[in-house]
Amino acid sequence: MMEQVIMNKLGFPILSTLIFLPIAGAALLLLIPRAKESLAKWVGLLVSIAAFILSIPLFTNFDKSTHLMQFAERHEWIPAWNITYYLGLDGISVLFVLLSTLITILCVLISWNAIKTKVKEFYISILIMEGAMIGVFCSLDFMLFYLFWEAMLIPMYLLIGVWGGPNRIYAAVKFFLYTLVGSVLMLVGIIVLYFYAGRTFDILELMTKTYPYNMQFWLFWAFFAAFAVKVPMFPVHTWLPDAHTEAPTAGSVILAAVLIKMGAYGFLRFSLPLLPEASRAMTPVMLTLSVIAIIYGAVICLAQTDLKRLIAYSSVSHMGFVTLGIFALNLQGMEGGILQMINHGVVTGALFLSIGAIYDRTHTRQIADYGGVASVMPVYATAFMIFTLASIGLPATNGFIGEFLIILGGFTANQWAGVLAATGIIIGAGYMLWLYQRVFFMEVNPKVAGLNDIDAREIITLLPMVLLIFWIGIYPNTFLGFMHESVRHLLERVNSGGVHEMNIAKNIAEILK
Amino acid sequence: MPLIMPDLRPVMPEIVMTVLALAILLADLVIKRKETIAFLSIVGVALVTYVLVGSMGTTFNGMFLSDGYSMFFKLIFMLNVILTVLISVKYIVIEKVNFGEYYALILFSTLGMMIMASAGDLIVLYLGLELMALSTYILAGFIRYDIKSNEAAMKYFLLGAFASAFLLYGTSMIYGLTGTTDLKAISAYIVANGLSNNPVLMLSMILFAVAFSFKIAAVPFHMWAPDAYEGAPTSITAFMSVGPKAAGFAVLGRVFLVAFGSVRIEWAAVLIPIAILTMGVGNIVALSQTNIKRMLAYSSIAHAGYILLGIIAGTSDGMASVLNYMLIYAFMNIGAFAVVIMLRSEGFKGDNISDYEGLAKTHPLAAALMLVFMFSLTGIPPTAGFMGKFYVFMSAINAGYTWVVIIAVMFSAISAYFYLRVVMYMYMKEPKETVQLSTSPAIGLALAITVIAVLAIGILPSAIVNFARNAVAGF
Repeated sequence: MMEQVIMNKLGFPILSTLIFLPIAGAALLLLIPRAKESLAKWVGLLVSIAAFILSIPLFTNFDKSTHLMQFAERHEWIPAWNITYYLGLDGISVLFVLLSTLITILCVLISWNAIKTKVKEFYISILIMEGAMIGVFCSLDFMLFYLFWEAMLIPMYLLIGVWGGPNRIYAAVKFFLYTLVGSVLMLVGIIVLYFYAGRTFDILELMTKTYPYNMQFWLFWAFFAAFAVKVPMFPVHTWLPDAHTEAPTAGSVILAAVLIKMGAYGFLRFSLPLLPEASRAMTPVMLTLSVIAIIYGAVICLAQTDLKRLIAYSSVSHMGFVTLGIFALNLQGMEGGILQMINHGVVTGALFLSIGAIYDRTHTRQIADYGGVASVMPVYATAFMIFTLASIGLPATNGFIGEFLIILGGFTANQWAGVLAATGIIIGAGYMLWLYQRVFFMEVNPKVAGLNDIDAREIITLLPMVLLIFWIGIYPNTFLGFMHESVRHLLERVNSGGVHEMNIAKNIAEILK
Repeated sequence: MPLIMPDLRPVMPEIVMTVLALAILLADLVIKRKETIAFLSIVGVALVTYVLVGSMGTTFNGMFLSDGYSMFFKLIFMLNVILTVLISVKYIVIEKVNFGEYYALILFSTLGMMIMASAGDLIVLYLGLELMALSTYILAGFIRYDIKSNEAAMKYFLLGAFASAFLLYGTSMIYGLTGTTDLKAISAYIVANGLSNNPVLMLSMILFAVAFSFKIAAVPFHMWAPDAYEGAPTSITAFMSVGPKAAGFAVLGRVFLVAFGSVRIEWAAVLIPIAILTMGVGNIVALSQTNIKRMLAYSSIAHAGYILLGIIAGTSDGMASVLNYMLIYAFMNIGAFAVVIMLRSEGFKGDNISDYEGLAKTHPLAAALMLVFMFSLTGIPPTAGFMGKFYVFMSAINAGYTWVVIIAVMFSAISAYFYLRVVMYMYMKEPKETVQLSTSPAIGLALAITVIAVLAIGILPSAIVNFARNAVAGF
């Protein structure tokens, strides 16, 4: 198996370091007395910056000419079950690791003054979260992946439930249960796969086998349970608005920027290459659900009165684009989908950061409590305008590139899907501009009069996002270049093999026989 | 007929345990400081563990087996005693039942469990079971002045007596059918005479299933458990939730896989509905509990359901997963009870879930420990609870029971709700009143052992898994 991957050639085990440095930082925080809050903040910040700096070699040393896994590390872990500690990155996952390390710094910065209770525990949760997120994207062993995937629930549950808004407990439990139900079904699927493939969890080895269509069909839905909840796809999206709305700013940002990407990543890493025939057969279902999510999410946005809830529903709509692109099963769609995952992470992350910045001042999320903010906080208004336009998909911003590629791919796969998805962009422009109008223009609401404009810390937090928006928007090849080979290889695998009609009733009948 | 001295080496741990229990009973008369007795008990149990290591073998004409399987269970029992004694020392002073007999009874009960694990014969099995059960009934009612404790003992005794009757009834039938009480001989007779479809065999197998279901608190024979767990002294609740349950699984595995090995399909058909009901009732009823001991009682019922999957699998991997789960369960459950016990102080019962409000603020360390145990009981990695469930589910899937596992994982997801509720109270609510913790070095040691084990097994389970596999290798 070793020849299929490129082992890590850097002087240090970069992926392990990225996973365990934040966790070690969290352990260090445990030792700090609770009263020393600013020390805890600085440790959190320094550790997250260190992790980001250490992740830069992934960007500079990545070999874009191959689809093979890179920076790989492999060690025995649980020989009793043939579970290995196996890490590696390819063009699909590498950008998400970078996004995770960047987002963590911004989360630490935006929480600097916002978090006032249990400060130490907050940064412990953020750092453990970072380690687990990176672990999810790096794992090349299905069980290792599952462990990180599940372990992530603990810090996220605490982030929402301890530091969230008034209805935080409900949101936290809902988030936890939705995700857990999906995940355990995936676990059953993983175990079934393990025995069929001859007792291995090694993803690359699992990919060399072919599985009977009937089995693929059931595994597809078992994985769907886990990934669709995480994306979240219609109709299992209902946890997201609650979780996003109630989570503290940092929690919303992590959720929007990284966590919900894992669902789509799961489809790319597991469902498509392991279950190619079932994936192709299920394309109509997936495209339909995607289009419903795009339009339904966008329409719901028009009716929202809560800032965070609006952005949350817009996430449902944007993630609909992502799944549409992925299940278009062609190069444009899939690359667009992956790029849109990054874009959505940047833009929605930035929007939540911005909302967090103003929420710290006003402590209200009701759109009706705002108005005329542009004249009170001009710098802030400019930044928010950029994020709004990127969210709409204006040319020269990153949103345009991603959505354009997706609609192109979607149209190729199914004309109706492409046409209907495009209406989502129009509604998207509607709700985002209307939101901007209500918050930033019109008469100055007394509740926002006299607010200070964003300070240097907040500008530093938002600046990387602005840069990324234009970088991806103007020269997307920097990022698309990472994924070409991996996506091409993935599509080759998905589009090989026999054709199966999608007939759910027949499958159920066969199983019951 | 010349009297041949049987080989005593395999039974030496039990002999030492008997001597120890009697010695503790006598020492109680002369030693006034009961902490000394607790200490002596632990030293004695350590000695038993030492003797245990070299005690492999079969004796009394195959009536008593000391093999890897019994050895593993006995180690769980030793662990159970040591942890129970550690969490008891201060607690029984608070409950004003600081008597030396307490420790002696724990040792006698454990002796019964050891005999059960080693039983190669139904009569020996019954002897062990009665010794264990009678000692535990007394322990459940140890707080004499507390009516709830009395009720616990009474219910436990009455229903336990039923279970014993079922067991004897099943034994007498199987003896009538095969003319032997030796497990291997029963199996051989069934195979040799083609009795696999015999209705008497089926009836007797069902009676055994019922009797053991009582002992492991499987639904619908679980009725005693919530009341007994709630009323009993908390330390004994911890003890009961691990020891007798493990012993029940030890005999369940031995009897069903050895004596009834040839009718595996039939008993799987009996145990599957029991397992599903057990997981369902345990997890769903636990959702509505307000008392933490009752909640943990229902949780313990639910866990018996998961463990049954390993037996149902009927493979050596399945049995290994049962052993593995039982060991992990001992750590995480006694750990959780240790936190529950710490909340009990003079004049404050501390057994309502609402008593945990804001614990993370007033006692962050205790709250963090409880958090680990709750996530482990839910089965979230990287805790040991996940590895336990994972292995059981894996072996059941490998044996072809995927649909049962799907039901099990759904119930397991439901269970997250009530375990998380404790975490929610601790971390997401403000403290109402300042809860005093009754800490002592002993309970601190117990918590350290359990939390380290829960995390270590959660991250590196290989050693335990291999140990469990080797233990069932010669089964």
